[in-house]
Amino acid sequence: MSGPARAWAWLRRNALPIYAVLAVAYMLIPILVVAVFSFGDTPKGKLTFTLDDGFTLDYWRTMLDIPELNDSLMTSLRLAAFTTVIATAIGTAMAIALVRHRFAGKRLANLLIVIPMATPEVVIGASLLSMFIYYTFALGFTTLLIAHVMFSISFVVVVVRSRLIGFDRNLEEAAADLGAGPWTTFRTVTFPLLAPGIISAAMLAFALSIDDFVISNFNSGTTVTFPLYVYGVSLRGIPVQVNALATLLFLVAVVAVAIVLFQQRRAERMAAVQPEAEADGLIPLPGTAAAQ
Amino acid sequence: MKKGLKQRLVPYWLLGPGLLWLFFFFVVPMYFMGELALYSGSLKTGFEFTWAFENFPDALSGHEEQILRSFFYAGTATVLALLIGYPLAYAIAFRAGRFKVLLLFAVIAPFFTTYLIRTIAWKTILSDDSPLVGVLQTLSLTPGDGRVLATSGAVIAGLTYNFLPFMILPLYANLERLDLRLVEAAKDLYSSSRTAFLKVTLPLTMPGIVAGVLLTFIPAFGDYINAELLGGTGQSMIGNVIQSLYLNQRDYPEAAALSFLMMALILAIVLLYIRFAGTEAFMGDEDDAEAAK
Repeated sequence: MSGPARAWAWLRRNALPIYAVLAVAYMLIPILVVAVFSFGDTPKGKLTFTLDDGFTLDYWRTMLDIPELNDSLMTSLRLAAFTTVIATAIGTAMAIALVRHRFAGKRLANLLIVIPMATPEVVIGASLLSMFIYYTFALGFTTLLIAHVMFSISFVVVVVRSRLIGFDRNLEEAAADLGAGPWTTFRTVTFPLLAPGIISAAMLAFALSIDDFVISNFNSGTTVTFPLYVYGVSLRGIPVQVNALATLLFLVAVVAVAIVLFQQRRAERMAAVQPEAEADGLIPLPGTAAAQ
Repeated sequence: MKKGLKQRLVPYWLLGPGLLWLFFFFVVPMYFMGELALYSGSLKTGFEFTWAFENFPDALSGHEEQILRSFFYAGTATVLALLIGYPLAYAIAFRAGRFKVLLLFAVIAPFFTTYLIRTIAWKTILSDDSPLVGVLQTLSLTPGDGRVLATSGAVIAGLTYNFLPFMILPLYANLERLDLRLVEAAKDLYSSSRTAFLKVTLPLTMPGIVAGVLLTFIPAFGDYINAELLGGTGQSMIGNVIQSLYLNQRDYPEAAALSFLMMALILAIVLLYIRFAGTEAFMGDEDDAEAAK
C-alpha cells in the first residue's frame, strides 16, 4: 500500500477516537481559556483577549483583594454548605424510602422528585418569587436557602438511589445474623457502604448551589452570591482575579472528585459489589443513573 | 410477614421532610404563579385579583417573536448536540478502552466551572479581537460585518456547548448497555455497517436519544444567559422576557402568565414522556422498576 493510502486507512480506522479527542478538547476550551487568562497581564486588570503584555502571577496573588468578590464568595460558600447538609440529609432519607420500602403513593413521590429536575430554572425562580411576593417575604439568604435546597433534593435522591440499587443486601443480613440490631447494622454496614454515594450526592448539591445563577437572581434580594457578583461585574468588565478564583475552584473540584472516585472504587472492591459506578455515576445527571 | 402500623409508616417518615419541602417550595409556588397571572393593574396603581384571563393571550401575542426564536434556538442546539454527542458517546462506550473514565471525566469537567464563567469565556473566545474570529473571517465564514458575537449563531453555539453534557450522558448510559452481539449478528447476516447501525444500534439507543433530547431541549428552551451574554438585542429568548418582566419592568401578571404557560408546555412534554418511559428513565434503572413489581 502506498503511503497516503495507508494514512487514509489508518485515519478511517481511528476516525472515532480522533473525533472523541477533538470533541473533548472542544468541551474543555472555555476552562482552558479561563485558566490561561488568569495569568494574562492586562493593563486594566479586566478580562480581554490580548496577552501582549505577557504573563503575570499578580492576579493569583491578589485573588482575595477585592472585598465584594470575597463577600460574595463567602456568601456562596455558606449558602452551599447549608444547602448541602439539609438537601443531603433529606434526600438520602427519601432515597432509602424509595428503594427499600413499598408503600402507597410511590409513583406520586417519584413524579414530585422528577418534575423539578425537568423544569426550566427560570420557571422555578419565577414561581418562588411569585410566592414570596404574595407573602411579602423579605428576599435574602433565607429565600436563597429555601430555593437551593429545593432544587438540590431531587439530584441527591437520584445519586443515593442509584448507589442503593447496586447494594448487596446480603451484607446487612449477615450482620443481622451475627446479632447486630437494626441501628448497629445501619451504622456499621449500611452507612459505610452507602457513604461514597452520599458524598457524591453532597458534592453535587454543593456544586449545584455554588453554581446557581438563574434561580438565585430571582430570589436574592440584596444578597450577592458569587455567580451574582460575576454577573454584576460582567457588564463593566470582569476583574482577572475572578479567572484565578474560578481556576482554583475548578482544581479543588477535580481533586475532590478524584478522591471520591478512588474511595468509591476501593469501597466497591471491599464490598465486592458489582463495579457499576464509573465516572458517570459520580455526578449522575438525570437520565444517567440509568447507567448503573 | 405482617408488618405493624409503625413499620408501615417508616417510608412516610423518611419521605416526609423532602416531599413537604418539594410541595411547599415547588408545587405551591406554581399555584401562586398561576394566581398572579390572573391579577391586573401595574406596579404604580397596585395589583388586584380580577380573574384576568386575558393575560394569557396577551402574554403570548406580545412575544411571538421571542417564543418562536426560543423554539428555533433550542431546537437547533438540541440537534447539534445530538450530532456532536452521539459519536462521542459511542466512542466513549466502545472505543475508549482504559481512557473511558478519563473521557467521562472530561465530559462532566465543564460543570466544575461556573456556568456563567464558561459562557463569559465563550464571549471572550467569540469576541471581535479573538484569533478564532480572525480565522473565521479569513475563511469568510462570518456574516457581512465580520462579527460573531451578537448573532443567532453565537447564541446557538453557546446553548449547544452548555447543554452538551446533558445529551452525552444519557446517550452514553444507553449505549453502554447495548448488546454488541446484536450488531455482530446483523453483520453476520451480511448487513453493511451502515445498515447494522440504522436497523440495530439506532433503534436500540432510541430511549437514550429521547432522554438526551428532552434534557437538552428543556433547559435550552428556558435559558436566557446565552442570549443575554452572547446575543444582541435581536436575539432575546422567552427566558429573557420573563426575567425582564419580573425583575426590571415588574409587570408581574404578564410575567407570571408567560412563565405559567412555559411550565404547562414543559409539564405536558415531560408527563407524556414519563407515560411511555416511566420516571425510571429520568432517575434510575430498570432493576428498581422490576423490584417494585
